[in-house]
Amino acid sequence: MIPGAFTYYRPTTVADAVKILSEHGDEARPLAGGHSLVPMMKLRLATPGHLVDLHGIAGLKGIRRDNGAIIIGAMTTQHELLTSGEIASAIPILHEAARLIADPQVRYRGTIGGNVANGDPGNDLPALMMTLGATYWVEGPGGRRNVAAAEFYQGAYFTALEPGELLTAISVPVQPAGHGWAYEKLKRKVGDYATAAAAAVLTMSSGKVTTCTIGLTNLSETPLLAADAARAVIGTSLDDVTLKQVANAARAIMSPAADARGPVEYRKHVGGIMVMRALTRAAARTG
Amino acid sequence: MAKTHISMKVNGIEVEGLVESRTLLVHFIRENLQLTGTHIGCETTHCGACTVDVDGMSVKSCTVFAVQANGSDVLTIEGMANADGTLSPLQEGFRMMHGLQCGYCTPGMIVRAHRLLKENPSPSEEDIRMGISGNICRCTGYQNIVKAIQYAAAKMSGAQFEEAAE
Repeated sequence: MIPGAFTYYRPTTVADAVKILSEHGDEARPLAGGHSLVPMMKLRLATPGHLVDLHGIAGLKGIRRDNGAIIIGAMTTQHELLTSGEIASAIPILHEAARLIADPQVRYRGTIGGNVANGDPGNDLPALMMTLGATYWVEGPGGRRNVAAAEFYQGAYFTALEPGELLTAISVPVQPAGHGWAYEKLKRKVGDYATAAAAAVLTMSSGKVTTCTIGLTNLSETPLLAADAARAVIGTSLDDVTLKQVANAARAIMSPAADARGPVEYRKHVGGIMVMRALTRAAARTG
Repeated sequence: MAKTHISMKVNGIEVEGLVESRTLLVHFIRENLQLTGTHIGCETTHCGACTVDVDGMSVKSCTVFAVQANGSDVLTIEGMANADGTLSPLQEGFRMMHGLQCGYCTPGMIVRAHRLLKENPSPSEEDIRMGISGNICRCTGYQNIVKAIQYAAAKMSGAQFEEAAE
């Protein structure tokens, strides 16, 4: 399995990368970690004529705090997310989710930017970024614009990115002190995409939920925010009856594909269970 | 097809070659450099048989282009033995604990375990199992691979590994 021929570029600035991507339009692809794109190229399901390797651009790396947000460069790898004290303390759910992505070798190469920009509904970080209220920084020939994660995903592999545009960084609001969090992922084996997964972030006061956000992975063509389900949690103590109602509210918006991970009904069923587990574990972590 | 000149350090030796941009690192290592210890298993980024160490990271060399490793420091199974040619603690561990049967996954396992022990010299059993979760073995059931890595970790810290192979 050998990919089709392509011209390889290794620019050192975002401006140069955007220029090459703009010149070649649909014929060009950015190359981040490559662990989605290169397998697709080997199968000839992707045949870009121009490949723009982003590894030479130092400005796309790194994790820094900027007022109330953590800014994560698009080429930051999942391995780097896992070894970052800043991520572990300010956005612990990102640490938890990154551990569940693929396997160690893939995490050394796989990047947060590639994971969120590829538009693959199986990727774990898009739903998580929606849950956290993250914003994507996008640079194109016309300059920089910001896109909310919640408005980025349009369909499987279709995103708000225009040809020639590059996702350069992700701004994640620091979550409130004492918040609870959990990412629950059901998968058949290490390295697999989720059969169903749910992210929950919430705050509680006197035993009642005060704020709550729920995200869903691989349960539709795009990552989802389960807004009705999250609203149904507010003001409750997450008793069993509430949890079952919330799971059903989340199931109402799920439309997973039937594939080797199971038929539609099964994936919706376990999707609801992931929501219940994520909420329960998140609540136990508030404090 | 135009070729690109690349150079890198492989097992401490400077090497160079002319490659197409689409040449995968594993093909450069096996075919250009004739270092056939690195195996191609699944070719789909799942099995880990092709794992090599690039600039201090375990990498599936079937999913990286050779041009991307230009200027890098690469370590393959051929570079694992001690300088005097004797077995490294990991190689000795795989031998003593019967950490292989057919041996196909072994180069990837050992190169991966090498990086795991560099990052975590005294891993728990769970650390080891998670650490090699990107490497598939269809023979051993992993029990003796885990013991082989535990053997190496003990030996490298100056201790004796007490358990026997399964």
